[in-house]
Amino acid sequence: MSKSFQPDVTVDSRGATCPGPLMDLIGKVKKLDAGTVIELKTTDSSSSHDVPEWVAKAGHETLDVVEHEDEGYWSVFIETTK
Amino acid sequence: MTERIVIVGGGTGGTVLTNRLTDELATEIEAGDVEVTLVNDTPEQTYKPAFLYVAFGKKTMHEARRPLADLVDLRHATLVVDRVTGIDTENKHLTLAKDDGGLDYDHLVLAMGANLAPDEVPGLKEGGHHFYGPNGAEKLRDALAGFTEGHIVLSVIGVPHMCPAAPVEFVLMADAWFRERGLRDQVEITYTYPIMRAHGIKSIAEWATELFEERDINLETFFNAEEVDPDAKVITTMEGTELDYDLLVAIPPHTGSDLVTDAGLGDDGWVEVDKNTLEAKNADDVYAIGDVAELPTSKAGSVAHYAAGTVADRLASRVRGLVPTETFDGKTICFIESGMDEATFVEFSYGDEPVVREPSQLLHWSKLAYNESYWLTARGLI
Ligand SMILES: Cc1cc2nc3c(=O)[nH]c(=O)nc-3n(C[C@H](O)[C@H](O)[C@H](O)COP(=O)(O)OP(=O)(O)OC[C@H]3O[C@@H](n4cnc5c(N)ncnc54)[C@H](O)[C@@H]3O)c2cc1C
Repeated sequence: MSKSFQPDVTVDSRGATCPGPLMDLIGKVKKLDAGTVIELKTTDSSSSHDVPEWVAKAGHETLDVVEHEDEGYWSVFIETTK
Repeated sequence: MTERIVIVGGGTGGTVLTNRLTDELATEIEAGDVEVTLVNDTPEQTYKPAFLYVAFGKKTMHEARRPLADLVDLRHATLVVDRVTGIDTENKHLTLAKDDGGLDYDHLVLAMGANLAPDEVPGLKEGGHHFYGPNGAEKLRDALAGFTEGHIVLSVIGVPHMCPAAPVEFVLMADAWFRERGLRDQVEITYTYPIMRAHGIKSIAEWATELFEERDINLETFFNAEEVDPDAKVITTMEGTELDYDLLVAIPPHTGSDLVTDAGLGDDGWVEVDKNTLEAKNADDVYAIGDVAELPTSKAGSVAHYAAGTVADRLASRVRGLVPTETFDGKTICFIESGMDEATFVEFSYGDEPVVREPSQLLHWSKLAYNESYWLTARGLI
């Protein structure tokens, strides 16, 4: 469960395959102010490491990656910095 | 009572569906039990894959258009040339731009395709070319014809976009085209893609990356254009990169249809559907096929074509009072040009990783032959 972070925005990309979740996130980040916490929900296992890679490259911050094993998805928490 | 089937959009998906339905349900249509209506906002259909060849002066826009009246069987279907301006799924009614009375339906299929949204990136409209529409393709043809030296940047800005293969094809064709003309040494080519590799599909990304290296095409990944400065000719990205260009060819962001968002059928204009039955998740008796449907596969003509087959079968069962059983497995086929006279081919369904075949001249001719025979496919003849 996502206990540690309360997202301001949730991007639900469950069911989408790569690059869907990352592109959904990029589309959202474009429109948000610095300091926004986003929860990206993804069922695509590769997104759980590809997304943090992009987040680092773009200069934002990955706060946590939480696996919801029972429900078969990951939550990637990101904070925008610019 | 007559069952009214209305199809919105007379592109690849809408025409194939109209022809499949009128074929399958000819007896019911003649008996007055079923009516099939196709609504399109123009009297002609434009075959979009031709744009790639128009850009290199290998085809004309004239060859890429056909009157819809020649493509559908008007004995069994009604063609309405009008623009749908509103969808009311509660009352099963469509509003039309010209006809005040609008149209009622019992079964609705949305096949409005995708739209380009270059305005989403400041400066892109002024600074960038594209080959994703008729005017863009012709303007790019003129720009390419006069381009003898400098840096061409092909930037994939929008994902998802129509035909995920087309940007890769463009740079490989440009490479061969400038070589043939003896100008390749003076032309630098760069391809950019938003994620960590050259393409959404891993095997295509690996294949393309190797070819780009062989052919001296630069590759920039994690490249999400944020702004284009048309005067300084610079693209700035969300990742903080700056790239100079002399000729920018961009795949603009895509959106679905406002009608879809307004009708509550899906965000960003893409209709949320069950990926196997193609039934809308948020309304009864509504289906979506082709680019306007939110499906976990490519926005490609082949997908629109196969999805049309599935919906035709399901609708035929429905109007006959049978339980529909036909489903769509995500089948996608795609020819990919890898130069001016060679191409490869991929085929996959939902969840598959396609195998990229060795490029050959035969596959190039197959793609050209398919382009020629497309009109027969749309008419339901092959
Ligand atoms: C450059 C390029 C190259 C491509 N190459 C290939 C390829 O090699 N292979 C491949 O499989 N695919 C290719 N494609 C993709 C292919 O063209 C599309 O996926 C396909 O056309 C989608 O079909 P569709 O029926 O969903 O939409 P479209 O064919 O786009 O048709 C939509 C129709 O709906 C109409 N419409 C829209 N809104 C309304 C409204 N409100 N009221 C009435 N009518 C409306 C439009 O005018 C249009 O006629 C390419 C695309 C491009 C741009």
